[in-house]
Amino acid sequence: MNDIKTVGVVGSGTMGTGIAIVVARAGFKVVVLDTRADALENARKQAAAFLRKSVERGRLEPGQDEAIMANWSSTTERADLAQCDLVIEAVFEDLKVKHDLFSSLHEICPPHTIFASNTSTISITEIAGGSGRDDRVVGMHFCLPAQLMKLVEMSPGMNTSDETFQKAWAFCEAMGQKPVKTRDTPGFILNYFLIPWHNDVINMVDQGVAEPADIDIAVKTALGYPLGPLELLDMVGMDTQKLLSDAMVGLTNEPRAACPPLVKRMIGAGKLGRKSGEGFHSYDSNKIFGA
Amino acid sequence: MSYRIDQRGDSISFPETHALLESAGASGEGLFLIGKDAGAAWREQSAEAASLRFVAIELGMECLGVHIGDDDGPANVVGFARFRLGDDAPTQLVELVKKPFTDPAAVQAARQALEASGLVVAVCQDFPGRILNRLLRPYYNAALRRLDDGLASEADMDKTLCLGLGYPEGPISLLKRTGLHHHYEATQALYEALGQEPYAPARRAQVAWARRGQGER
Repeated sequence: MNDIKTVGVVGSGTMGTGIAIVVARAGFKVVVLDTRADALENARKQAAAFLRKSVERGRLEPGQDEAIMANWSSTTERADLAQCDLVIEAVFEDLKVKHDLFSSLHEICPPHTIFASNTSTISITEIAGGSGRDDRVVGMHFCLPAQLMKLVEMSPGMNTSDETFQKAWAFCEAMGQKPVKTRDTPGFILNYFLIPWHNDVINMVDQGVAEPADIDIAVKTALGYPLGPLELLDMVGMDTQKLLSDAMVGLTNEPRAACPPLVKRMIGAGKLGRKSGEGFHSYDSNKIFGA
Repeated sequence: MSYRIDQRGDSISFPETHALLESAGASGEGLFLIGKDAGAAWREQSAEAASLRFVAIELGMECLGVHIGDDDGPANVVGFARFRLGDDAPTQLVELVKKPFTDPAAVQAARQALEASGLVVAVCQDFPGRILNRLLRPYYNAALRRLDDGLASEADMDKTLCLGLGYPEGPISLLKRTGLHHHYEATQALYEALGQEPYAPARRAQVAWARRGQGER
């Protein structure tokens, strides 16, 4: 049984926008919260463009895109999440930031509201510990690009109630996603592998083993992967890769998780990936993937 | 681009006939040396091959430098290997290896000949493992180790990576299907070449290697 009707998504970056599209597309009301009004407006435009493209490709009926966007609202005020039955955070990978967010939402949202974290690396139990309602916090990790990928890694914290987990799981299925239950361990399954793999690729570029385009074509051709690793990294963003790496290496002491020096140089040079127009590849638009 | 082929022994890249082999002539502007003894063929023909637009030596796990030296060598010689995992057929991907002293025109000529036969080329420098083995082996070892750690079941680990990243097959299923002992062989060679712990064969790969020939995959 699923009694979730209205969902808050906190953060209107690449992940937050993708998650909000998934939520709205499934017929739920979505309220997107960000501190920056311009980021919210950009997210709305990107979502509308993505849905328009879905209509053009025949994946949605004509007019459905507008109906979906009618479920979408944006706000810079946390108080506007007061009516949400579920809040999914997709903010920076910083435990303090997540504690600050959830502890303040704990005062705003009704008792039944479930808090979900899209964290890639931080322990759900640790996040829940600073939320004020640790029995109603669950890990709900979407994959990039969220609007296209079906997997959601679902992780209960140590104190997450069965009822909370089951409700969140049912909601995930109601959105048409495919949840997989994972243990509350650093990186869960996906990022445990992906973060070091990406760092290995970045180090290969830095060592001059091959050009980014050659690495991407090799991986796609030989392994049948839909995206080359450097194309995917450009979607993730160098700033995010650094945050993920720093969080991961701090939790696991895994040398392959350590942030490569090239990432720091690229951040310094403003080459963040798709979002800045240049990363390992160059881009002439900031349209969301698939649009 | 005309070329001839000199095959010495079994070829990992071309175990069966292929358009590249069928399009070869009795002579040509380029030369492909294929088979496990391609390096020996190069040593025999290095003087007369100096005038060719390119000479492409098929590589196994070894570096091109083993055949032509690391610091100075013939500018028209490249290495190549068609990527394949264990018992799987070779893929369409050819890693084309160059040295810092390789003439770009030789790389381009070899690329043209390979692409004309429907292969896809990725150019790389002469590093152990080239692109794919260098990237894949630590990832496969990590997957095998995490399986031992009980992170998730084989099925859940593969399902997560397939669903989350769009991979056509998960790492555990792939390694078992293509032969885990082959992974041992490749990663052990890289561990010896690079001396880095992530390349050290995972326990399950060591077991598969020890039990090879007993029907173990």
